[in-house]
Amino acid sequence: MGNCGCTCSDTKEKKLQEIIEKYKDLEGALIPVLHEVQDVYGYLPLSVQTKIANGLNVPLAEVYGVVTFYTQFSLYPKGAYKVQVCLGTACYVKGAGAILEEIEKELGIDVGKCSEDGKFSLDACRCIGACGLAPVIMINEDVYGRLVPSDIKGIIQKYKEKVD
Amino acid sequence: MQIFRAHVLCCAGTGCTSSKSLQIIDEFEKHIKDNHIDDEVKVIKTGCFGLCAEGPIVVIYPEGTMYVRVAPEDVKEIVEEHLVKGRTVSRLLAGHHDAEAISQSLDDVDFFSRQKRIALRNCGVINPESIDEYIARDGYVALAKVLTEMTPQQAIDVVTASGLRGRGGAGFPAGRKWQFAANSKGDIKYVCCNADEGDPGAFMDRSILEGDPHSVIEAMTIAGYAIGANHGFIYIRAEYPIAVQRLNIAIKQAKEYGLIGDRIFDTDFSFSLEIRLGAGAFVCGEETALMTSIEGKRGEPRVRPPFPAVKGLFGKPTILNNVETYANIPVIFTHGPEWFNTIGTEKSKGTKVFAVGGKIMNTGLVEIPMGTTLREIVYDIGGGIPNGKKFKAAQTGGPSGGCIPAEHLDTPIDYDSLARIGSMMGSGGLIVMDEDNCMVDIAKFFLEFTVDESCGKCPPCRIGTKRMLEILEKITNGKGEDGDIEKLEELAKSISKSALCGLGQTAPNPVLSTLRYFRHEYEAHIYDKKCPAGVCKAMLQYKINPDKCIGCSLCSRKCPVEAISGERKKPYVIDQSMCTKCGVCMETCKFAAIYKG
Ligand SMILES: Cc1cc2nc3c(=O)[nH]c(=O)nc-3n(C[C@H](O)[C@H](O)[C@H](O)COP(=O)(O)O)c2cc1C
Ligand code: FES
Repeated sequence: MGNCGCTCSDTKEKKLQEIIEKYKDLEGALIPVLHEVQDVYGYLPLSVQTKIANGLNVPLAEVYGVVTFYTQFSLYPKGAYKVQVCLGTACYVKGAGAILEEIEKELGIDVGKCSEDGKFSLDACRCIGACGLAPVIMINEDVYGRLVPSDIKGIIQKYKEKVD
Repeated sequence: MQIFRAHVLCCAGTGCTSSKSLQIIDEFEKHIKDNHIDDEVKVIKTGCFGLCAEGPIVVIYPEGTMYVRVAPEDVKEIVEEHLVKGRTVSRLLAGHHDAEAISQSLDDVDFFSRQKRIALRNCGVINPESIDEYIARDGYVALAKVLTEMTPQQAIDVVTASGLRGRGGAGFPAGRKWQFAANSKGDIKYVCCNADEGDPGAFMDRSILEGDPHSVIEAMTIAGYAIGANHGFIYIRAEYPIAVQRLNIAIKQAKEYGLIGDRIFDTDFSFSLEIRLGAGAFVCGEETALMTSIEGKRGEPRVRPPFPAVKGLFGKPTILNNVETYANIPVIFTHGPEWFNTIGTEKSKGTKVFAVGGKIMNTGLVEIPMGTTLREIVYDIGGGIPNGKKFKAAQTGGPSGGCIPAEHLDTPIDYDSLARIGSMMGSGGLIVMDEDNCMVDIAKFFLEFTVDESCGKCPPCRIGTKRMLEILEKITNGKGEDGDIEKLEELAKSISKSALCGLGQTAPNPVLSTLRYFRHEYEAHIYDKKCPAGVCKAMLQYKINPDKCIGCSLCSRKCPVEAISGERKKPYVIDQSMCTKCGVCMETCKFAAIYKG
């Protein structure tokens, strides 16, 4: 039950049950379920993992083991703007390290973290397949390529100014 | 069928989509309509052309004119000039910045004319979301031939005779693998496709799936018939949303056309296909780990034997091949194994696709006959190294592979030659490095990757690679000691011997191969405390050349830690104890007075 008085957590819960229902009889259901549930909640906190464990009738330890094994699954919420810096080989040899440092400086957060206001999270990722444009970063769905460190300030500023 | 006088092909692969190619397609649709030529000209959304460095790319047929780096604002001009008036827009042609090199059409561009496209035959040519276009290019002919004219054993014999070896890295003969699985007894068997593409900086498999998904579906169905399996899984990275979407569309279309499903071509053979998403774990590219992951568990590798051909997915006999391996299969059946045999070298038949990236002009996808030299790829197809820099090495095989230095530029590229010089074919990542790249730093980069991706099941990999990384960190931080190189070598040997799976066994390769060819760089770090390429920050100082500095004070104002001081109109100095080596001063100096040393 949502304690904020709204029904958002109810709808999420309902979706979760639907997802479990859809995959229940599939062999190897856990990973597809985790993918879809993470799309609903944005991340996979322990409370949600418990519901999945109960729904699929597998031990919570197994769910937790799988969630922590794969980098796609997150135990923590992500920022409204997910900044991903490609550290694939093509980007790395073209100076992605310096780009990452610049973004850490600009956002004031370390890689893997989320800003306190919840606006930005910063992650390093591997090859998003735009190696031709290396070095590359991605902010939500937007891709920026052929970057030099001095481009970063302007790009981040655009998102800082956005109000949702 | 409606006949069009011109076709506009626009790349909608991931690289070009990132630079607004979908918007360009919309603009084409709009301007073509505005000019009332929409019943004469058709816009087609294709997969990757390969020349990603110059994307977004638009090709107009029948002429085959290729426009590069097209922006949405350029579309109006292309439509009005090229499509309405028949005049090429020369400022957007490939090579337009170099008057002599202007290429009017695709076939004139060096990048394409030296390639041989078998696995990529349909990429950039057809609309990957249309099964009819695939069929028009002889798609599903091979499947029909196999199901109606051949026994499973005959189908395996064709693959064996072709000499096709796995394109996922190890180069195991595909026919032999199929034979093993066919010989295994069992009612239930599986066919799997490895589309996990874990090598960072490689995107061959993704481009095939995005540009020609039906070729993989057709090949997997043939494989199912050959080994006696009725179900297949495509294990694909979740990071590839466009490829997943196109595969889903393709599977649906193939089902509607009865090309997969029950009783295909009215034979007794049925085959279904399912997609499973990976979740970001490199080790899941390893065959046994991949199967464990499909089973919904932590993707840890298993001990072999038993091999998957005997006991694989869900404990049943299973074959796993790579995307590019499958993409070769249909053509082998339509053109015959003898034809395939004529391409490539004695022990490596056919072609190989490489994702060429790093310090090279034409980054992108190239497909070359086996036996082509690295020099041809780097200089003739790749256009050489940008900014007049010198080639230092090319890295193949990603975190499992090694580097190829300049002295081996003329080595023919095939499985055995590359292994001989301490690298490997790998799945097709090829990263070019120039004189500004530090090889110790590159080795550290790959070790960081393996440490991060080690699944933790076996100690040599979990602990050993971490120890190697610590030594490399020490060296790059200027704290290397006599004996470090020997320790690295010793660890490397024992890890490759004792690790459980290919990840650990090959993890030391980048260190071993950089040591083999660039030992002097390691020694410079350890004994002279110098990074010859000027990459490792701990060993580098930013300095001001007093002869060039005019004392404008710009650097001192920009320095974030106020480490630069001086009097106006006189040379400034950097206080090394405060400098954080961010490099801002060097970027801002207008007189090239600041250098790294
Ligand atoms: C750590 C590791 C990662 C691998 N990653 C991939 C991969 O991303 N894609 C792939 O096709 N093969 C990968 N392989 C090779 C597979 O284990 C397997 O050999 C291959 O998919 C078999 O297909 P093929 O014979 O058609 O090449 C990897 C192997 C190891 C040890
Ligand atoms: S390595 Fe960064 S996009 Fe491929």
